[in-house]
Amino acid sequence: MQGADHLDLLWVYLQQEPLLWLTATLAAYAIGHALHRAAGGSPLVNSVAVAIALLVAVLVVSGTSYATYFDGAQFVHFLLGPATVLLAVPLYRNFSRVRRLLVPMLAALLAGSVTAVVSAVAVAGALGGSRETLLSLAPKSATTPIAMGIAEEIGGLASLTATLVIITGIIGAMIVTPLLNLLRVTDWAARGFAVGVASHGIGAARAFQVNQLAGTFAGIAMALNALLTAILVPLLVGWI
Amino acid sequence: MVHAILALLVCQLLGEVIVRAAGIPIPGPVLGTLLMLAALAALREVPEALSGVAGVLLSHLSLLFVPAGVGVMLHLARIKAEWLPLLVGLLVSTTLTIAVTAVVFFWVMRKMGLQEAEQKP
Repeated sequence: MQGADHLDLLWVYLQQEPLLWLTATLAAYAIGHALHRAAGGSPLVNSVAVAIALLVAVLVVSGTSYATYFDGAQFVHFLLGPATVLLAVPLYRNFSRVRRLLVPMLAALLAGSVTAVVSAVAVAGALGGSRETLLSLAPKSATTPIAMGIAEEIGGLASLTATLVIITGIIGAMIVTPLLNLLRVTDWAARGFAVGVASHGIGAARAFQVNQLAGTFAGIAMALNALLTAILVPLLVGWI
Repeated sequence: MVHAILALLVCQLLGEVIVRAAGIPIPGPVLGTLLMLAALAALREVPEALSGVAGVLLSHLSLLFVPAGVGVMLHLARIKAEWLPLLVGLLVSTTLTIAVTAVVFFWVMRKMGLQEAEQKP
C-alpha cells in the first residue's frame, strides 16, 4: 500500500507544479514536429494539431482539468506577446518592400478581412449554427487575444472563440500551399499576406517555414487584420 | 542575449501600458512591435542577439498556440452538437479568405507593375 501512497503523493506533487504540463506541452509539440518531418514536411501533418490532439487525449484520460494544465502551459502561452514584438525584426529587414507594396496590401486586407467575417457567419448560419456560435465565430481570423476581446464585446463566448481561432489557423496552414499553387499565385509577398489575413500567427508560422519574405508579410497581415477585424465585426454584428 | 530579451519585454510592457492609459483600441503587443520597429530604425541595424532570438522564436511560432488550442477540450460538447456548421463554416471561410486576399494582392500588384523579383519556383 505504501507504494500506492507514494504514487498518490507523486501525482499530487506533479499536479501542483507547472513542470509536468509545461514539459508535456513541449513534448507533444516535439512529437508533432517529428511527425511533420517524417511526412516530408507535408502541411497536412500539422505540428499544432498533433500536439493539441495528444494533449487533450492525455488530459481527458488522466482526468486533469484545463485550468490545471494551463497553470503549467501558461509559460509557453506568455511568449506569444514577445514573439509578436519580434515580428519587428523581419519587418525592419523588408521595410522597403513593405512600403512599396502598401497599396496591394491594403486592398487585399480589406477584401480578405470582410470575406473572413461574412463568409464564416453566412455559411455556419445557413447550416443552422446557434447565435452564440455565430457570434463566437465572427472574429475567428484575428489573432487569439484580439478575437477573444471582440467576441466578448459582441456577446460571443471568448473561450470558444479561442478554440475556433486556433482551428482556423491550422486549416489555413494546411491548405494554403496547394490552394495558392492551384490559383497560380507565385508571389511570396501575396502568398504570405493571404495566409496571415486568414490564419493569423499559425498561418505566419507556416509561412516562415517556407520563405522569410512570405513570413514577414504574413506577420504584417496578422497585425493589420487584428485591427481591421476589431473595427469590422462590431459594425457587421447587426446582421447576425 | 539579456539585452535582447529585456528590449522585447520593455517594448511589450510599454505597448500594454500605453494602449491602456490612452484607451487606444489596438492590442498592446502590436504597439510593442511598432516601438521595436522604431528602435531598429533608430539603430539602423538588427543587433545580433535580437536576430538570434527572432530566429529561434519565429521558427517555432506555432508552438506558442498549443496551450490556447488545448482549450478545445472545454467545448467538445458544443462542437459535437454543431459540428456541421462549424466545420463547413471554418473550411469554406478560410479557403475563400486565402483565395480572395491572395488574388486581390496579386492583381493590384500586377496592375501597378510591382512584381517581386523573388517568386515561388
